[in-house]
Amino acid sequence: MRMINELIAATPTFAGLEPAHLELLAGCARNEHVAAGELFIREGEAADRFFLIRRGLVALEVDAPGRGAMQIQTLHEGEVVGWSWLFAPFRWAVDGRAVESCGLIAFDGACLRGKCEDDHELGYQLMRRFAAVVIDRLQGTRLQLLDLYGRAPASA
Amino acid sequence: MTGVHVIERGDFDGLLAALARRSYTIVGPTVRDRAIVYDEITSAEDLPIGWTDEQDGGYYRLRRRDDEALFGYAVGPQSWKQYQLPANVKLWRARVDQDGGLSEVTEPPRESPRLAFLGARSCELHAIGMLDRVLLGGAHPDPADSARTEDVFIIAVQCAQAGGTCFCVSMNTGPVAERGFDLALTEILNGAMHHFVVEVGSERGADVLEEVPHREAADVDRNAAKAVHAQTASQMGRELDTTDIKGLLYRNYEHPRWDEVAERCLTCGNCTMVCPTCFCTTVEDVTDLEGEHVERHQRWDSCFTIDYSHIHGGAVRPSPRSRYRQWMTHKLASWWDQFGTSGCVGCGRCITWCPVGIDLTEEARAIRDSEERPDAND
Amino acid sequence: MVPAPFDVLAKRQDTEDTWTLELQPRSGEPFEFAPGQFTMLSAGGAGEVPMSISGDPDEPQRLVHTVHSLGLATQAVCEAEPGQVLSVRGPFGRPWPLEAIEGADVVIAAGGLGLPPVRPAILRMLAHRERYGRLVLLYSARTPEQVLFPDELTAWSERGLEVLVTVDSAGPEWRGHVGVVTRLIRPAKLETGILVAMSCGPEVMMRFMLAALADDGVRSDRMFVSMERNMQCGIGLCGHCQLGPKLLCRDGPVCVWSEIAPWLSVREL
Repeated sequence: MRMINELIAATPTFAGLEPAHLELLAGCARNEHVAAGELFIREGEAADRFFLIRRGLVALEVDAPGRGAMQIQTLHEGEVVGWSWLFAPFRWAVDGRAVESCGLIAFDGACLRGKCEDDHELGYQLMRRFAAVVIDRLQGTRLQLLDLYGRAPASA
Repeated sequence: MTGVHVIERGDFDGLLAALARRSYTIVGPTVRDRAIVYDEITSAEDLPIGWTDEQDGGYYRLRRRDDEALFGYAVGPQSWKQYQLPANVKLWRARVDQDGGLSEVTEPPRESPRLAFLGARSCELHAIGMLDRVLLGGAHPDPADSARTEDVFIIAVQCAQAGGTCFCVSMNTGPVAERGFDLALTEILNGAMHHFVVEVGSERGADVLEEVPHREAADVDRNAAKAVHAQTASQMGRELDTTDIKGLLYRNYEHPRWDEVAERCLTCGNCTMVCPTCFCTTVEDVTDLEGEHVERHQRWDSCFTIDYSHIHGGAVRPSPRSRYRQWMTHKLASWWDQFGTSGCVGCGRCITWCPVGIDLTEEARAIRDSEERPDAND
Repeated sequence: MVPAPFDVLAKRQDTEDTWTLELQPRSGEPFEFAPGQFTMLSAGGAGEVPMSISGDPDEPQRLVHTVHSLGLATQAVCEAEPGQVLSVRGPFGRPWPLEAIEGADVVIAAGGLGLPPVRPAILRMLAHRERYGRLVLLYSARTPEQVLFPDELTAWSERGLEVLVTVDSAGPEWRGHVGVVTRLIRPAKLETGILVAMSCGPEVMMRFMLAALADDGVRSDRMFVSMERNMQCGIGLCGHCQLGPKLLCRDGPVCVWSEIAPWLSVREL
């Protein structure tokens, strides 16, 4: 348990959480391993969990008939996977696949949701941190959308 | 011989004759197509005798004077730039071989006609110097290598009247030419009296003057010339406050005034063509229909064209707003960083020859005023 | 202004619209250049284009260019086959300050066609590996198929260049990063105290990349970019390549970020 506390506190997303909140988080967490290639997050399923990547690479994917699975973004060591546990409809919007064998810390999102309702300070801290994650991912996605390395569009 | 002398009007052609004997081709002002342009002249009769120009924003008219002054006008649409940097120069011609290589590369012989400029004004002498610095002062000299201006014989004329759009006083480029000439003339016309006070600016200028009837200038002559200069300086048609002009423009790239001028600017590029210091050229390869021969040309270009800033994907400056801003900030601000001086000599041509009369002194003033009085609604 | 003839020795297709051409000066004189410089390149009168040199500066008997076929002039260049001749003027421009940055850790952020212009710098630094601290390449391409020089990336990583690659989108077979290049900064675990950055790629990419590095504490006078504008004469006379006060063929293409960054935030400058 203590190990997990330290691991969580060492990540950028959760740095600065007060010890009591770290305890709460750690209490909802456990170590997990995922084998390379394993599809461990499925689009449409209930998002009752989220993960912290201790080691490895996770790809967020969307599968389309005719195009196959397209990788949207990869997440690396130290990053959080999943914010849908915190926001309705609490459902995964992407698939998640371990590109390499991954060591993860898996969090019981449903349980934590309950704890946030009881302790609004915890709720505020987690909201704030997950909002920052969403912002970071969105800004990166905007740049990806620009398709900067694509063929330049014909213009005047 | 140095110093100041006087030539009578009747002996003026002697000057031109002395130059002709030295095999100079004399280029000077002459009337054509209702404007005063530069062309080869052979005698004083070719000059715009008795003509003056009326200039304002987007306005140029020649009017008859009530005297027979040889130089009673300001500047016309052309400048000496066309001799330093001709509008279209063929750099080389070659055969294109089957393998894509170039053979039989021929560079046209660089003609160096002995040119004499008659009637260059102080602003123009500054412009000639600026173009020299741009074209010859860098690591790679101008490939067209046109009139090397140290070889050009220059007879400057001190302006006896300022043009309607002149602001050389603001730009410290006139109205009095102080250097860069072989001879400088101030025309004195007063009733029956008509002569030229001549300053000698070089040894070869002195040599030429030796061959023309002249007398040493007396105090009354020098004073008459000074009075003419002072009167011209007081008549400037425009003014430009150059205090920290570089900083002013660098700070105001997003000023709303640019939007305003963009509503008027046609991006026709007239200003860049008449400006004596605009130096942008484009390099083009032109092939014949079979693709067997290619010529490389250097042509005048203008930052107002849509192609000027083209990189893959499109033009960096697609809007007229950005192109006008580029021209004006280059001329008044970035030129300092690139070449160590202003790019503007205050000749006013850009104002006169703009079809809609855009006046860069007014644009600069509007931006400066809004900084000093941010609440003022201009 | 008369170009010199270069024989095309070899040609390799890198992507569907990018080729690498290996040239040799017909004169036999070695073509000495500094990493970051460019030439004005043309094929048989079809017009000149500025082209970054992508070859090894320690092999000046060869001139290498990686060319993206986009318009008439580049298309003509890309259609040249071994045995044909291209015309070259140059080299021109201000190169990467490789001597000045000795001793530092260097991160190179390259995007898309920004990799060829940094290749000469990478080769020179690897040839003098002991003069630099960490050497890190953060490289971003559109898709895995558009990753340039994949075999060399592996070879370089064996010679002491840490290589991280990301793409904008990929199919399931891609085992690397997917996402914008700024996301490679964390995995690279850069120590920003002694860090120097060199960047080449689309201007948007360079702006965000260097802003991210600056946020992490890299000094803006220790970051260098290769800038691009319309270059025609290559020798500072035609005026086209102006970016604010700079004439990029002469004051660039390599610029110090602290000097150029303020100008890049003015639209349509």
